[in-house]
Amino acid sequence: MVESKSSWKAWLYLSPALVLLLIFTVWPIINTVRMAFLENYSGLEAIGGRSFSIGIANFTKVISYKKFLDCLKTTVLLCVITVPVSSILALLIAVCLNSIKPLSRMLQTIFFLPYVTNSIAIGMVFAAMFNIIGNNIGSENEIITTAGIINNIIEFFGGHAVNWINAGSTYAANMTVMIIYIVWNALPFKILILLGGLQSINKQYYEAAKVDGTSRKRIFARITVPLLSPMIAYVVITGFIGGFKEYSSIVGVFGKTMGPAGADKRLNTMVGYIYDSLSLNRQGLASAAALILFAIILLVTLVNLYVSKKKVHY
Amino acid sequence: MEVTLQNLTKIFPSKNKKDPTEVVAVNDFTFTIPDGKLIGLLGPSGCGKSTTLYMLSGLQKPTSGRIFFGKDDVTELTPENRGVGLVFQNYALYPHMTVKQNILFPLQNLKGEDKLEKEEMLKRAYETAKLVQIDELMERKPSELSGGQQQRVAIARALVKMPRVLLLDEPLSNLDARLRLQTREEIKRIQRETKITTIFVTHDQEEAMSISDLIVVMKLGVIQQIDKPQAVYDNPVNLFVAKFLGTPPINVFNGKVLNNELYIGEEKVLKVENVADQEVIVGIRPEGFILDKNGPLSCNLSNVEVMGRDVSIVSTNPNSQNPIIRSIIDADNEIDHESEKVRFSLKPNKVFIFSKETEKRLF
Repeated sequence: MVESKSSWKAWLYLSPALVLLLIFTVWPIINTVRMAFLENYSGLEAIGGRSFSIGIANFTKVISYKKFLDCLKTTVLLCVITVPVSSILALLIAVCLNSIKPLSRMLQTIFFLPYVTNSIAIGMVFAAMFNIIGNNIGSENEIITTAGIINNIIEFFGGHAVNWINAGSTYAANMTVMIIYIVWNALPFKILILLGGLQSINKQYYEAAKVDGTSRKRIFARITVPLLSPMIAYVVITGFIGGFKEYSSIVGVFGKTMGPAGADKRLNTMVGYIYDSLSLNRQGLASAAALILFAIILLVTLVNLYVSKKKVHY
Repeated sequence: MEVTLQNLTKIFPSKNKKDPTEVVAVNDFTFTIPDGKLIGLLGPSGCGKSTTLYMLSGLQKPTSGRIFFGKDDVTELTPENRGVGLVFQNYALYPHMTVKQNILFPLQNLKGEDKLEKEEMLKRAYETAKLVQIDELMERKPSELSGGQQQRVAIARALVKMPRVLLLDEPLSNLDARLRLQTREEIKRIQRETKITTIFVTHDQEEAMSISDLIVVMKLGVIQQIDKPQAVYDNPVNLFVAKFLGTPPINVFNGKVLNNELYIGEEKVLKVENVADQEVIVGIRPEGFILDKNGPLSCNLSNVEVMGRDVSIVSTNPNSQNPIIRSIIDADNEIDHESEKVRFSLKPNKVFIFSKETEKRLF
């Protein structure tokens, strides 16, 4: 234990980190709360000398905006679909990877690639893949109508090309692309965590199960999943937290307009709404929206923890 | 169930490319384990005893040779089709299940004709739990049990499906000294009550001697001797077996045989028969010494340890292979602690003579 006399030394060593945290984390949080409760707060006007009354107008305004509610809907929808799907897929892939001996290193690397690739870049690739019209190639007026690879595949199997992300596409088509993209992008981290968990499970449990004649399905359900449950809970909880902060993936596929041409902001999310409010100099609204987002994430995490307390075997 | 091993061999290929020597873990084992007996596979680490056990369980495939349970050739069968119960060294109890769920688990796996009603499963689980005396711990998790209790749960889990053969891998190595004594009695009792042919692996000769009906002494994948514990102790076939069994260990001397007389150094210690004149290794059990003022073997007395029931004399002799000679004699003998020399005569049936070259028993 550190003696109290020398505790100033401890503070000294901690101070660089503490100072940075105070400036860039603690103060912004306090300031966010302050701005959220100053009615119609705007940074520019505050510099101009205007004063704001205290109240909850920012909150009531935000939740009455249809724009905000649309953002909330998109965010929740993406979260509720992508987190379970990516978690289950990651679990299955991790189990398969764990049981493969040859090439396992190479396969692990391949599955981990999306994690180390820029999400905007991947988004652009996805945009190209789901495009209905290919890039402009040749002279300015010459448009070569090659569909993206997905539509090519659909047409190869005799289907009709779908307008996924171009002008005139539907919300459902847009969301489908986003769900596929987000699931694919979320897989590597989850696979990594679950694979690590799988490899730390004592092999003797499986040998014992084998001697007892346990079917593969039962081994998975009664041994693998329970023993992996702490990792699964971790993956799901962090998945939801990350999911509610979804933003850059949509920018990656649709660009800053957050929607197909002619339907700007259609796929805007909570974080997107906060950015927009900030850029319009309405920091009060942005802060209120940020606090609402925080409250939602907190609630979901508490529910997650409550459920995992009952189901997770540590 | 009678278990027969026929020319059983297991070779592990080398994993190191620079050193392609393969490891022969089990080398041409042929022996039969009689029905309903408790058999100990005994040997130092690396002797192939665990490999033999895992081949019996079906978790490892033999390189060549066959395994029979009774008349059935089980060599190609998977573990679950062999009807074996296996208790792992560290028990491998499922940590997220209660004791009851752990014991029920093998029963719930049964399919088709063997499938049991729920009540029947519970009944059998409780019967087995009662047999190993853990019926009051059924709702606990393994982490809430002591090592000895976990061991019993593991045995119950292996027994509940009524295996033809019960296999135990180092069953006592994870227990403390007192529990070890208790548990080995327990294993003996359970085996007697169930009459299931039981094979266990150990590196502890005392453990093997105390509970086995038959012990198989192994070294580097080769069987050295198979016999009743007392017979192995009284009649070791070679120096390795003589050294491996017995606490305190056997005392080993360099000696020679000349004209049917055994010499240790210049001292003529024993008459022997049918041994040609040659350099030999002499093994003398600690209880083979008799304190005798006129005895032929003289040693330098270094210490006397009183143990109540008997006395352990620690002495040295230039011809001894070990730094000290330990002899155990009755506490009634009077020993002059101050004297520098001590003289012994020897009990002929506790003296073994081994060839210096082959280490095989000559006498």
